[in-house]
Amino acid sequence: MRVAITDDVIDVAALVREVSDDACGASVTFLGTVRDVNDGRAVTGIEYSAYRSMAEREMASIAHEASERFGVSRVVIEHRLGTLRLGDVSVAVVVAHAHRAPALDANRYVIEELKRRVPIWKLELYADGTREWVGAGVAAAGSHT
Amino acid sequence: MAHELYSFTRMTVTVLLFASYADALGRTSIELEIAPGSTVRDVLGALAQLPGGDRLPPRPLVAINEHYAAASAELRGGEEVAVIPPVAGG
Repeated sequence: MRVAITDDVIDVAALVREVSDDACGASVTFLGTVRDVNDGRAVTGIEYSAYRSMAEREMASIAHEASERFGVSRVVIEHRLGTLRLGDVSVAVVVAHAHRAPALDANRYVIEELKRRVPIWKLELYADGTREWVGAGVAAAGSHT
Repeated sequence: MAHELYSFTRMTVTVLLFASYADALGRTSIELEIAPGSTVRDVLGALAQLPGGDRLPPRPLVAINEHYAAASAELRGGEEVAVIPPVAGG
């Protein structure tokens, strides 16, 4: 199991290789990517920030929980920070297991828990030049509204 | 010796602010002096008095030393108290 917060591009193929094992008949990859619209507003990018040390600690707890609940031992989670553009991968969860059902279930568990409790924030950048904190419902400081 | 006594009665915590909350108070960390027996709720009350503090919600998520904590949790001094805006990873 490995978790990481990174400032670099996530190398998905490397993560898939990392969890691969001859004993595993299933490998499930979830990728979160930056999309072009949110709540009807045209998005050009997202600036991700985090409480880095706690985020890594929570991600490690989630990987551990997934391992206990679903019997998976091959889990890797990476979340990227910084300014990402449309289509960029912000998060990758890769899980391998002997069989597909536990691999699928564990992967779903990891991404749902990550979104629920890992201290990471999105500052959405809109086509009209404004910026807003996702979930907080407030414009960002310095936003030209 | 006087200095040691002083260090027993004066406690500080480091408050960390992120994202929209850092915007609200115009900074990302604050050294806050607290009275012995203070709780997370007391720290939040002190933050609310600072310029921009009225823009924090009344009961935000808080973590003590990187673990989510209740508003009633007591502080001993020296902790890192993070005020956590609604998370939005993924």
